[in-house]
Amino acid sequence: MSHPAAASLRSDAQALAATLPPLLAEARHLAATVLMGEHGRRRAGQGDEFWQYRPAMPGDPLRRIDWRRSGRSDAHYVREKEWQAAQSVVLWVDNAQSMQFSGDNARPNKSARARLLAMAAAVLLMDGGERVGLAGLALPPRRGSLQLLRLAETLSEDQTSDDYGAAESRALRPNSRALYLSDFLGDIAPLELALAKAADRGVVGALVQVLDPVEEAFPYDGRTIFESMGGGLQHETLKAGDLRGRYLERLAERRDQIATLARAAGWQFETHHTGDPALQALLWIYRALEKVH
Amino acid sequence: MWIIGPIGFTTPLILLALAVLPVLWLLLRAVPPAPIRKRFPGVVLLLGLRDDDNTSDRTPWWLLLLRLLAVAAAIVGFAGPVLNPKPPVDGRGPLLVLIDGGWADARDWAGRMARVDAILEDAARKGRATAVALATDLPADGAPFQSAAEWQTRLPSVQPNPWRPDLIALAEWVEAQEGAFDTFWVADGLFHEGRNAVVQALSDRGELTVFQSATPVFALRGAAFSSGAIEVPVLRNSVENADEVSVVATGLDPSGARRDLARVTAVFESGDAMATARFELPPELRNRISRFSLPIQRSAGSVALTDDSLKRREVALLSGRDEREGLQLLAPLHYLRQALEVSADLIDGDLLDVLLANPDVVVLADVAQMAGGEQAALLDWVDRGGLLVRFAGPRLAASDISRATEDALMPVRLRSGGRTVGGAMSWGAPKTLQAFPEGSPFFGLPVPDEVTVTAQVLAQPGPNLAERTIATLQDGTPLVTRKKIGQGQVILFHVTANAEWSSLPLSGLYVQMLERLAVSTRPPQPTAEDLAGAVFQPQLVLDAFGEAGDAATLAGVAGETLAGAQPGPLSPPGLYASGERRIALNTLGPEDTIETATWPAGTVVEGLAVASETSLKGPALALAALLLMIDILASLLLTGRLRNAMAVVAVLAVTPIETHAQTSDDLAIINAASEVVLAYVLTGDAQVDRVSQAGLLGLSQKLFQRTSVEPVEPVGLDLETADLSLYPFLYWPVTLSQNVPSAEAYARLNRYLRSGGMIMFDTRDADIARFSGNSPEGRHLQELARPLDIPPLEPIPEDHVLTRAFYLLQDFPGRHNSRDVWVEAAPPDAEKVEGMPFRNLNDGVTPVVLGGNDWATAWAVDENGFQMFPVGRGYTGERQREVAYRFGINLIMHVLTGNYKSDQVHVPALLDRLGQ
Repeated sequence: MSHPAAASLRSDAQALAATLPPLLAEARHLAATVLMGEHGRRRAGQGDEFWQYRPAMPGDPLRRIDWRRSGRSDAHYVREKEWQAAQSVVLWVDNAQSMQFSGDNARPNKSARARLLAMAAAVLLMDGGERVGLAGLALPPRRGSLQLLRLAETLSEDQTSDDYGAAESRALRPNSRALYLSDFLGDIAPLELALAKAADRGVVGALVQVLDPVEEAFPYDGRTIFESMGGGLQHETLKAGDLRGRYLERLAERRDQIATLARAAGWQFETHHTGDPALQALLWIYRALEKVH
Repeated sequence: MWIIGPIGFTTPLILLALAVLPVLWLLLRAVPPAPIRKRFPGVVLLLGLRDDDNTSDRTPWWLLLLRLLAVAAAIVGFAGPVLNPKPPVDGRGPLLVLIDGGWADARDWAGRMARVDAILEDAARKGRATAVALATDLPADGAPFQSAAEWQTRLPSVQPNPWRPDLIALAEWVEAQEGAFDTFWVADGLFHEGRNAVVQALSDRGELTVFQSATPVFALRGAAFSSGAIEVPVLRNSVENADEVSVVATGLDPSGARRDLARVTAVFESGDAMATARFELPPELRNRISRFSLPIQRSAGSVALTDDSLKRREVALLSGRDEREGLQLLAPLHYLRQALEVSADLIDGDLLDVLLANPDVVVLADVAQMAGGEQAALLDWVDRGGLLVRFAGPRLAASDISRATEDALMPVRLRSGGRTVGGAMSWGAPKTLQAFPEGSPFFGLPVPDEVTVTAQVLAQPGPNLAERTIATLQDGTPLVTRKKIGQGQVILFHVTANAEWSSLPLSGLYVQMLERLAVSTRPPQPTAEDLAGAVFQPQLVLDAFGEAGDAATLAGVAGETLAGAQPGPLSPPGLYASGERRIALNTLGPEDTIETATWPAGTVVEGLAVASETSLKGPALALAALLLMIDILASLLLTGRLRNAMAVVAVLAVTPIETHAQTSDDLAIINAASEVVLAYVLTGDAQVDRVSQAGLLGLSQKLFQRTSVEPVEPVGLDLETADLSLYPFLYWPVTLSQNVPSAEAYARLNRYLRSGGMIMFDTRDADIARFSGNSPEGRHLQELARPLDIPPLEPIPEDHVLTRAFYLLQDFPGRHNSRDVWVEAAPPDAEKVEGMPFRNLNDGVTPVVLGGNDWATAWAVDENGFQMFPVGRGYTGERQREVAYRFGINLIMHVLTGNYKSDQVHVPALLDRLGQ
């Protein structure tokens, strides 16, 4: 491992993922999936591995009857295979300056939490036999522990100097799944574009808004100059306390906006606070990527 | 100095700075508070929001006022304000400060000294020559005039004396002084003889001012017996009001600690100068009282020491069996009973029963032979300090006791038969007594002529007869002999205890002799005659405050002087002892009273109260600092930064509290007492402690899974504080950095080992050093274990119980696999019996196990139950770990069940007996 931060990120993520059963993203269109996953679903379905014989029922096509098995007894049997499926999942983790914020030294900043969640989800997905990659062109979905290493290394790379991140909309594979982690405070247009493209290509997924509790509470009073993390934006107020209500309104409004967008595209949306345990968010991601539409 | 009302200023010019305040007001008002810069990603949502109003950018008026007040307080503080400034006082010439310095001064000595200090300070300012003199301790060579500053430094060493000032001597002393001087007389406020003369003499020399405190004086006289109770008279000088005063009796309790034994309230009616506190206490408690005192006042006068007059000794009376009933006057004990009943508590009964009550004195009247057990018990009792008084009689004279050889309980050998003089059939006249020789306890007692002796037992002459004789008849034959045995003594009266052989029991001398022997105690007031011839050494003297002082360097006082002596420099109040007798000399004699002083008309009398100058500079500056601190909080509040400050304060407030630790300690003890808890020694090395904890946790889990031993979470013990007795097993990893425990800790460890605890020492170095003490840990182990009470050791023999307490084992590996594990050596006489697989190594759990296999590491599991450290390689390693666990289980089984397994050698015999 070349990057020490990547090593620690990976080990943290694996520790978090170790407590959950392997996660398998449900394929929406089984038929359309070409690539088979490694692990069976422990139920009858489409695949290569033998699963079980079951007595033939009225309505079973004749060609599915296993004559060799049926010849050994009076009844007819159907040979079932184990259902195997694999899915491509792309991750996008906002690496803009705004994600570097933490309201308390004891709390990780939003970026660290988002990367940890992404990595943990990746570990789970890989264990489930899925192919995981990064949105965009950097790292297409692949399988295997080498891919995990690459993911960890790429996620640990330095942040951009932009104040707010723009959602990645390039190279979305048709019928794959996606997981976007960001604070979604910046311009909403790239996100709209990405979700529109995703909807076009049958990509569904989950949006996780990672916020610091301070951003929800706005615990400021008195004369204050607010600066964005990169220093690009400034706002001065004489009574910060008076702005609280209006700030919270705007935040709720932004969240509504994103939720509406997500719903329209068939995506899930959730807000995660860095003050809460990461496992909560991971569980939510687990459910969200498992959900059948 | 500039004075307004009660306040003066030393540097009033600084007050001009107050004029700047209005300017400051305008300046502060013009500047708004500084903004905070915050990094905040949500700023994008704030863009475009406008403030509702722009007015709050000014500092609020109350904050301004606060700041101005702070500045004003600082200015006032630096101007040097003084409360109650002293206007200068006139006066010139030398000044004599005369202090009574008796016990009555002690009640408010600090106040008096403060007043004297104020006077000296004033005199020093004016450069007056000053002398300080105590009326109780007058300087022999005139008033020592010096600079007042010099006296100020010496003032703390001026202490009152525990007796009354002698004003007659004082008047003479004043007359002897030369030159004129003013006088400040700090008087104790009590009536003393000769006051007018002193006032006259002092007024002749110059101006006299008297300072006298109005605090009432209370005092105690010596305690006395009265109809079964102890009465302590309480005196007071101001008689106007009714009052109640509690009197406390103090003494040693059975554990030897000084404590208040009883408390009684004495009630003064209005007009009474004396009240009485009555203590009705059981004899056991009464004998323990060493002093009475008044809690409301600390002085020598409010303390009354007790002496022998309150001690009623317990005397056991025994006689030979009475053959004749009803002849009371002939009963051997009749006169003894009469003599002792008044002043001692008498005990009757069997000798052995009586000794159980541990009397002070046992009197045997005409008892000759005692059972062997009785004799031994009595001898033992005398040896421990008992006083055995024996009287002769027909039975003793007829017996063979102490004839050929000296009996252990007789002071001398006796000639058979005794002799009779002055009877009808003899030639001689009855014998009278010789004057008591010096060195005898009876020395000084007058010998009345009417005491005659008609019959006695005779002592066999011998080398030590002379030194043992303490009273003789006229012809030189011993009448009373004495022998010391250990700490006690045996005294033999060579006559009967009744009037059969002599008229001694009929005379007063009999009682006096018993008193001198401390068989009975003396009447409350000893006369000079009673005490004549003895020198009394002070054992304890009181200082003026009623505290016991060191008496070792004081000279003894002759008994004649002590009787009726007034406390003074030569005989300070205290407790005096001569031999067995103790006499208390109290500050107030039995007739003394106290009255308020009366002053001749025209004398200036002031109270002690003094309004001292107080500098207000400190408080004013402190106020300024306080206001500035409030300002900081207010500023933080206004700028919204208070939240962080609050968090800091909250963190500080939630710092752990001692009581909390206490309860958790109790919980730990309850937990340890109700469950099996494995314990390890905290070495101070965090890593080692963590491994010990994890190792014992692993072992506890294995015990839980495999055996009926179900330990709870192991605990680490600090040897200096922990109560080891709750833990059956102690794992002690030896680290170089561990400090050697204290002596008390070793005492506890030894007690732990003796009472069945087991310590397992682990040097954890078996892979680098065989167990021979050559590794650094091994040497440190030797150092640690040297003070421990450890029996001889040997490597675990093949048939040791540890090899089969639960599992059958021959190896005892931990992380290392070394055979060198040592336990207590088998007794040398242990032998293998034919047909038995093991030697019969009777009982006893080995108190220590020494080794270096680093067991805790092999046992250690993390919180998820996984092994923390690898052991060996592959399957062999896991096998080694398994054996390590098995050894641990065997070890705990051995600790908990002892040699239960060893007793299995008896199983064949038991089965045989059962007929199987």
